[in-house]
Amino acid sequence: MTSLDKPTLSAYQIYRRVANLWMISLTCLATLLALGALLLVLSYVVKSGFSSLNLNIFTTDPTPPGSPGGGLRNAIAGTLLLIGMASVIGLPLGILGGIYQIESRGRFATTVRFFTDVLNSIPSIVIGLFVYVVVVVPTAQLHPGQAYSAFAGSIALGIIMIPTVMRTTEEILSLVPTALMEASLALGATRFRTMWSIVLPAARGGIITGVMLAMARIAGESAPLLFTSFGNNLFNLNPNKATAALPLSIYFGAISSYDYLHNQAEAGAIILILIIFTMSLLTRFALRNKALQGK
Amino acid sequence: MSISISKPDVPPNDGGAIIPGHHPKLEPIGQGKTKSFYVDKIYTSVIFCATLVIFLLIMGIAYELFSGSRVSQKEFGFNFFTSGDWDDVHQKFGVFPFLVGTLYTSFWALLLAMPISVGTAIFLAEVAPAWIRVPVAYLVELLAAIPSVIYGLWGLLVMSPWIALHIETPISNNHILSRLPIFLGLPNGTDLLAASLILTIMIIPYITSVSRDILRAIPNAVREGSYALGATKWETISRVVVPYARAGIIGAVMLGLGRALGETMAVTMVIGNSADFNSSLFSPGYTMSSVIANEFGEASDPLYHSSLIEVGLTLFVVTMFVNGMARGLVFLTAKEMNGGRHK
Repeated sequence: MTSLDKPTLSAYQIYRRVANLWMISLTCLATLLALGALLLVLSYVVKSGFSSLNLNIFTTDPTPPGSPGGGLRNAIAGTLLLIGMASVIGLPLGILGGIYQIESRGRFATTVRFFTDVLNSIPSIVIGLFVYVVVVVPTAQLHPGQAYSAFAGSIALGIIMIPTVMRTTEEILSLVPTALMEASLALGATRFRTMWSIVLPAARGGIITGVMLAMARIAGESAPLLFTSFGNNLFNLNPNKATAALPLSIYFGAISSYDYLHNQAEAGAIILILIIFTMSLLTRFALRNKALQGK
Repeated sequence: MSISISKPDVPPNDGGAIIPGHHPKLEPIGQGKTKSFYVDKIYTSVIFCATLVIFLLIMGIAYELFSGSRVSQKEFGFNFFTSGDWDDVHQKFGVFPFLVGTLYTSFWALLLAMPISVGTAIFLAEVAPAWIRVPVAYLVELLAAIPSVIYGLWGLLVMSPWIALHIETPISNNHILSRLPIFLGLPNGTDLLAASLILTIMIIPYITSVSRDILRAIPNAVREGSYALGATKWETISRVVVPYARAGIIGAVMLGLGRALGETMAVTMVIGNSADFNSSLFSPGYTMSSVIANEFGEASDPLYHSSLIEVGLTLFVVTMFVNGMARGLVFLTAKEMNGGRHK
């Protein structure tokens, strides 16, 4: 009865099984390649970053080019300033726009969603060009000798934030049960009161996540800052002056020909990565126990 | 729109006494001019205005890029798109080498990234058990969160020297491969090959996560039908699942293309920055975004300045076009799947 225990396989059946195993292992290989790239980049950033990191990085400003030493105090402060100011510009607009899409379901909301995606897909350097033409050039005409500013940089970053925040706000709000909203309206509450006291509190965790993710995204942007906040070797918290930012310092350090600036760029990279990953990890844990997890 | 219900104008009534001759005036529902009516009016107009900002921004960006490049449009006309000159001394500018550079590096990046990311998406959606799927999917998303400038730093300080030594030099020394037109020239590490590779790494997470979402949206009955007919796992994937999601996967790939086209910092750092386009992967080049990043700050001359803004306009139009098509494809697939379920 061996024929029952071990059915003989035709050549074609063997081919099918081998092809199955082969192709499935290829998909494993693809995954390993994708993860390999991540590990290569991350291990470099972590290894070189921690070896270049020291207290001076946080407490001193850059030295004049060519004389080793100095730190990134100005860039860290500049990045925090830019994120803060950009949030003041981008968050209200993004959240209000997301609320609008929930309040007016229908054809126009679909159009709005489409154009949000359009705005989201505009290359960030083009947004930098736009802010240069609209903000930096007029500033230079009004106040000669003053063109680039932290203000212009944060407008560019704020514009990048708007579509991201808008989409996540809309997605999170659409998860709040409609019955909750209807119950409030049926009790005679106004639309504003319903949104403010019922819907928004229910979706708070999700909205905070969207906000943090948007902040993490703009923290790493450098292209739109090149001709708006421009970079600055001095410590500056004045919104009307050119301001350094971590991504810009990493860029200028990397393309310079000095080794100590390369090391500084690597230290900047680990600081930036830590800022961004902390934000995205925090939101992940914040969301873990919430009902509104998205999908 | 307004749901406000006005309070009837009832006088203070203690103990239910009827005041003779007094008829409380009832205003029609929804037309009352009470405080809550105005609050809602203000509320709806504020959120509407916030939404309008999206449209204003898109129109503003298009308009400013168009009017900012008027000087160069007048000077060069359509020749701007066909001329290969980029010479600020002789005041001759054309976007052609950068347009080709952008499309060329994105082409190679897509060619390399497509099999890797679609393979990863298939692995994550169809093959892997949950204990692998969840952490790997999270790691892939982490890859998307790394800023462009950090990829550039790694590309410039680690990848460029490595590929110059371990990929480009062996190819150049090989008698057959070195005659291929794409491998002409001396290996130096900062060239179109480095730019294409860094773009590949950067777009993998985007294509992977969108394709994975699309594959997971396919109803299980489709797979079960295939298994019931005796198909192996791979036959189910290649003949049933992937064809079912084809339009969506193409859309995901095009979203990746949109990212690659607009990518600036990492490319600028490794592409070598040369305005002469050469089809060899070993020669330095320029993309539209990297020429803007590199030269806009020093362009003081109005024609030069305006030409760079026109490069930005071209980049804007190209990415709009690619992303519009991609969104359309993803949208149509999603709609088809939802429609299919209800029928």
